[in-house]
Amino acid sequence: MAKEFELNEVEVWDGNYAASQALRQAQIDVVAAYPITPSTPIVEGYGSYVANGYVDGEFVMVESEHGAMSGCVGASAAGGRVATATSSQGFALMTEVLYQASGMRLPIVLTVVNRALASPLNVRGDHSDMYLGRDSGWIQIDAFDAQEAYDLALCAFRIGEHLDVRLPVMMHQDGFTTSHKAQNVYPLKDSVAYKFVGEYVPVDDMLDFSRPVTHGAQTEEDWHFEHKAKQHKALMDSRTVIDEVFADFKKLTGREYKRVESYMMEDAEVALVLLGSSVETAVLAAKQLREEEGIKVGIVAPRCFRPFPYDLVREALDVPSLKAVCCMDKSAPGGAMGALFNEVSAAAYSTEARPMMTNYVYGLGGRDFAVDEAKRIMKEQKAHADAGHITTDIQQFSGLRGPKLGFFQTRRD
Amino acid sequence: MVEIRWHSRAGQGAVTGAKGLGSVVATTGKQVQAYALYGSAKRGAAMNAYNRIDDEPITNQETKMFPDFVFVIDPALAFSDDITKNDKPDTQYIITTHLSKEDLISQIPALQDKADRVHVVDCMQISLDTIGRAMPNTPILGAFMKVSKMYDLDFFLENMKKVLSKFPQKIIDANMEAITRAYNEVK
Repeated sequence: MAKEFELNEVEVWDGNYAASQALRQAQIDVVAAYPITPSTPIVEGYGSYVANGYVDGEFVMVESEHGAMSGCVGASAAGGRVATATSSQGFALMTEVLYQASGMRLPIVLTVVNRALASPLNVRGDHSDMYLGRDSGWIQIDAFDAQEAYDLALCAFRIGEHLDVRLPVMMHQDGFTTSHKAQNVYPLKDSVAYKFVGEYVPVDDMLDFSRPVTHGAQTEEDWHFEHKAKQHKALMDSRTVIDEVFADFKKLTGREYKRVESYMMEDAEVALVLLGSSVETAVLAAKQLREEEGIKVGIVAPRCFRPFPYDLVREALDVPSLKAVCCMDKSAPGGAMGALFNEVSAAAYSTEARPMMTNYVYGLGGRDFAVDEAKRIMKEQKAHADAGHITTDIQQFSGLRGPKLGFFQTRRD
Repeated sequence: MVEIRWHSRAGQGAVTGAKGLGSVVATTGKQVQAYALYGSAKRGAAMNAYNRIDDEPITNQETKMFPDFVFVIDPALAFSDDITKNDKPDTQYIITTHLSKEDLISQIPALQDKADRVHVVDCMQISLDTIGRAMPNTPILGAFMKVSKMYDLDFFLENMKKVLSKFPQKIIDANMEAITRAYNEVK
């Protein structure tokens, strides 16, 4: 029986420690891990909890991230509650196995500490790895600070393991900005947290010898499509379960999460859409700008990156007063408009107001996102709104040194 | 909102110090942030740590700040780092040095119009005398309590003991002595 970990009502934790405490409280059976900055302290923490008797689990040391996720797939198929952590290049090396895990419907929890992808090599935070996971068939939930990294890691188990879902879940937080920034965190007692997560219920576990099953079988064109469609449906249907779990979590803690967070959108004339820790900075900037200059700015933040909340993004942007929206991508789009821009624009196209949509690429490799820069971008949106057309290039770069870079203009006579 | 920027070398405990201060402050119902800019930094490399303290939840995730207090915990960094970067008309400086305040300021042009806001304390000598090695992170907090009047010394010591509770008693006692000395000796 694992020992109880003594916790204060308020702790000062960084995002990594918060996530590792959540893994401990969920009483993970197996963590197979290969360390990488900035996510290392999550699995390091779990390792020390195992060594000191705070978890009845097993820490499996492997030779690479490909091995780590493979170990997780094996342990999860065997019937255990399984989690690991990674970032950046480690995430990239896991990618092949990520698709295996989701196709096999294994509810593994992967705590991702978002970091830039090389080259050039960079340990700091952006959303390149999170975006790389976009089509992998995992649920992707995004924490904006350390408290959320703790809360949402607990929720991740409930969501993925739900019998109507059975899908792996990535719980994202921003490298360094969240993972290494200590702040007030209000943890649950061990028993309360475990009760919320619940006992693990194995499904088609390979260690049930009375009922032999095959995992990871081969299908060719006769069944592959049906499997993939079913998997997609499971992802889409997980929306209601995610909402239920968030509602239960609110009942327990008073802390409310939604698949799409929106702030001050009721009367917004312009809005920013963004992900991760920058959301909090943008909300602060929007509040200040409303006070200082009376510009009605709102913020929309998809908390759930996959399944992409098309329904709720549309709802958040369906505001009659809304004229201009800027979607901010913290990942190099590689010769396209940013992915968030594309997905949010598609949702905005089906609103009555059909606001003007622009795209900023920002924060790559950990470039600081400043309150003043957020305000500048908001004022630029206001200029679009006042002019009645987009007054800048449609895709721009925020915080970039050197000559101004921009692409595409509105076609006007 | 109170904002603090630490100038330190990797290995001198600025991150631990910033988190320790955050932990003490959080017990009084305030909201805190403690973070640092490092990553691939090696021991001895110049680095910054940061604290934010407020009554309301802190949502500013911007790294840059306009500090109310600047702690310089390595004596040489007062000369080589841009310690007055983003300062305000009332930014207070607490600098560890063996020099007198006058000698220090005379050698650092950036501080010469800020003499009334500069405070000196020899955290290196204090930590060598008490803890037994150069570990200026906890004594600087003693000096900070004196300069900022944020908490009574006794209250701070009591709470800092809890933060350090995983260490052996001898180390806790040495840190308490270091904090007390810096509180009394800061000029």
